[in-house]
Amino acid sequence: MAEKEIRWRHDSDAAFADGKAQARHVLLDFSAAPM
Amino acid sequence: MYIDPKVVSFIDEHFIPVRIHVREQPELWKTVGERFGVQWTPTILVVDSGGTERQRIEGFLPVEDFLAQLTIGLAKSAFANGRFAEAEKLFQAVVERYPDGEAAPEAMYWAGVSRYKGSGNAGALAETARGFRERYQQSSWAKKASVWAR
Repeated sequence: MAEKEIRWRHDSDAAFADGKAQARHVLLDFSAAPM
Repeated sequence: MYIDPKVVSFIDEHFIPVRIHVREQPELWKTVGERFGVQWTPTILVVDSGGTERQRIEGFLPVEDFLAQLTIGLAKSAFANGRFAEAEKLFQAVVERYPDGEAAPEAMYWAGVSRYKGSGNAGALAETARGFRERYQQSSWAKKASVWAR
């Protein structure tokens, strides 16, 4: 079975809108790690 | 830290995870980075559903410290929205789950403040100050709480 991974999104505006609609927090990661 | 199963599960349960890459997404890096005043990578922000930053982590942390900081972010969010019982529970969870981490004294301080805010009972602050006589005596949070001692 494949290991679970974080499903990063890259559409910050849409993610913030979803966070507001779903009353969920956004974890915003500013990264220089390989994508 | 993002490959640890505990971190993956915690983020999946509590957050919508968004990654902005400094080189691959230069426009977003500029606009969103400027909005939040980000100047270094990695910078990780806990942002509430209203778009307000509640916690900031700059630099890499070991897994346990990282989870503690994320939990503090959720606790601060609950506190800021007047959900003091939830905030106290989350702050207390940091003290209990990560007692040897750097976040524990801060969490203990704010657990006491949350209990006071939720109950109106100043005894909660005095009890917190007494708790700092037993542990984390050298922390700045113990000094801050010392004014509550009776």
